[in-house]
Amino acid sequence: MTAQSNTPVAQPILELQGLRKSFNVGADNETEVLHGIDLKLYPGDFCAVIGPSGSGKSTLLNIVGLLDRPSSGSLWIDGMQTTALNDAKLTQLRGHRIGFVFQYHHLLSAFSALENVMMPLYADRGFRDAQMRERAAGLLDSVGMSPWLHAPANRLSGGQQQRVAVARALAMRPGLILADEPTGNLDTHSADGVFALFRKVCKEQSTAVLFVTHNPLLSARCERTIEVVDGKIKDGGFP
Amino acid sequence: MKPQNWLPFEALVALRFLREGRIQTLFIVVGIAIGVAVIIFMSALLTGLQANFVNRVLTGQAHIQLLAAKNRVSPLGTTTDWPHDALEAATVQIPLQRAQGIDQWQSVMEQLQQMPEVKVVSPAVLGSALITRGEASRSVSVVGMLPQRYFRIIPLRDKMVQGSAEVGSDTILIGTELAADLGVALGDPLRVSTVNGTVLTLKVLGIFDLGNKGANSRNAFMTMRTAQSMFGLSGGASILDVTLTDIYAAERIAQQIQSHTGLQADSWMKTNEQFFTAVRAQTTANTAIRFFVGLSVGFGIASVLVVSVVQRSREIGILRAMGVRRVQIMRVFLLQGGLLGLGGALMGALIGALAMVVWQRVMRNADGSIMFAMVMDTALFVQSLVLASLTGLLSALAPALRAARLDPVVAIRT
Repeated sequence: MTAQSNTPVAQPILELQGLRKSFNVGADNETEVLHGIDLKLYPGDFCAVIGPSGSGKSTLLNIVGLLDRPSSGSLWIDGMQTTALNDAKLTQLRGHRIGFVFQYHHLLSAFSALENVMMPLYADRGFRDAQMRERAAGLLDSVGMSPWLHAPANRLSGGQQQRVAVARALAMRPGLILADEPTGNLDTHSADGVFALFRKVCKEQSTAVLFVTHNPLLSARCERTIEVVDGKIKDGGFP
Repeated sequence: MKPQNWLPFEALVALRFLREGRIQTLFIVVGIAIGVAVIIFMSALLTGLQANFVNRVLTGQAHIQLLAAKNRVSPLGTTTDWPHDALEAATVQIPLQRAQGIDQWQSVMEQLQQMPEVKVVSPAVLGSALITRGEASRSVSVVGMLPQRYFRIIPLRDKMVQGSAEVGSDTILIGTELAADLGVALGDPLRVSTVNGTVLTLKVLGIFDLGNKGANSRNAFMTMRTAQSMFGLSGGASILDVTLTDIYAAERIAQQIQSHTGLQADSWMKTNEQFFTAVRAQTTANTAIRFFVGLSVGFGIASVLVVSVVQRSREIGILRAMGVRRVQIMRVFLLQGGLLGLGGALMGALIGALAMVVWQRVMRNADGSIMFAMVMDTALFVQSLVLASLTGLLSALAPALRAARLDPVVAIRT
């Protein structure tokens, strides 16, 4: 397990302090799944998150992605304390600063590859049509999907869909990409391709990547690895 | 598949969701269309039917008839004027109603003619008479009128089957049934007598058909002057017939005239009260049908969208994860409801219009003429479109709220 990182010269894109999460709060079966997580991630960090199933990795990713709220502790995204923000502000921050890639790629089947990538820009309303199309086409080109720009999402192979999902996650030029087992559903060749894509994005755009994986070969290739065990970071929380 | 950038985000997503579930969309749109078509067709049918009835009623009748107030008998005093132990007679006998003219009918007519709601006022003398020819006799209601005014209210010229309607001082117009009963033809003399002993001999100038056997056997028309001398009402008028710009305002205006003039004013609605009760019952039934069809359309849309929210939970979660706001998700589903309603209404309007055309062509009288005209009222179509779209929006409210409230973490995991 490696615990290397870039030199912390800039403001962290992500910072967690004493983050706890409990479910069924106040009930007899109240369960705390995260027990005080401390973590810092800087622009350009490529960090693997490993740990056994049920250790709290997905819960951690959901909280970091502002899809869920912590029970206590603090969470900063790009220097902004998020725990007191309302749902609308969290949604806005998530849309602008965080990109998601899921295990099952989760593209919108009613749309083409290009439209899927355009979707975050479209929803944000801050972009002109030509601008959106140009950026989406450029991103798809960068992930090697140019020939399939107008192909319906559900007609693409698993690897192709995951490439489109990566392009979509980059559409808003986020500072942080959260990838929840993005290669878990792919064959070795496609998994290598997608992993290389993340590395490229991380390096070229200084985007921090938090990469949940069960694949020890892939985690070994990351500059930094944190291991979550029983709701705690066993190793690698701070560079 | 080119991106439809000219659409707002919510509209684009709503349209694509509907298009992706095209079979589901088609079924619900057809369901809504049938509902809307039923509403449009039923409404047009009832409106046409009622208009036909009203038209039939009003071709032989004025909108308001003004008569001299009835003779009344009033007790000499009230109980309050009498000593405490005195009792008033319990029964007051209703006096005999003699034929009487409207006091100052010319000035009343002028006043009425100045009312903006009034189209035509026509004075007439009404009375009963016995028409005799040889040994045959028939009692009739005689209308003595001023043709140039009266024909603007009752289009008697259009009802003539023989002869002319331009009646003069020594001529009379009778109905087809009466002519057949008495065996008279144009130019034949008739002896017309009244209870006060006046007897006139008048020639048959024209024979009319009012479309009703009873009316054709009981009515006769002559000039007002002839009727005045016949019924001893020299220079008088026993009735003023009034037509209005808005036939449904008749009762209100009748009451207004009655309170201003003191005359007895009967609107066509009052004199045809049973008919109006039937019209009201029809309208109520139509409203009830509309309501229940609308309700079923609403529930149909809601059920489809509830299923859609469940089916699209993961996609909603993804959209939320990429920064789509709750209100945007809500709009997507509201729009779907509105679009389903609008699409169904457009199709329903076409089906309804088609059904109306087919009805007009198939349902005919024995002589091949149309049973009655069904009016393709643009307002009815526009109302149906607006109402169906609103019903769609309202029906989509609960599913849209549900979609907007979905926890993205749970939705993505679905």
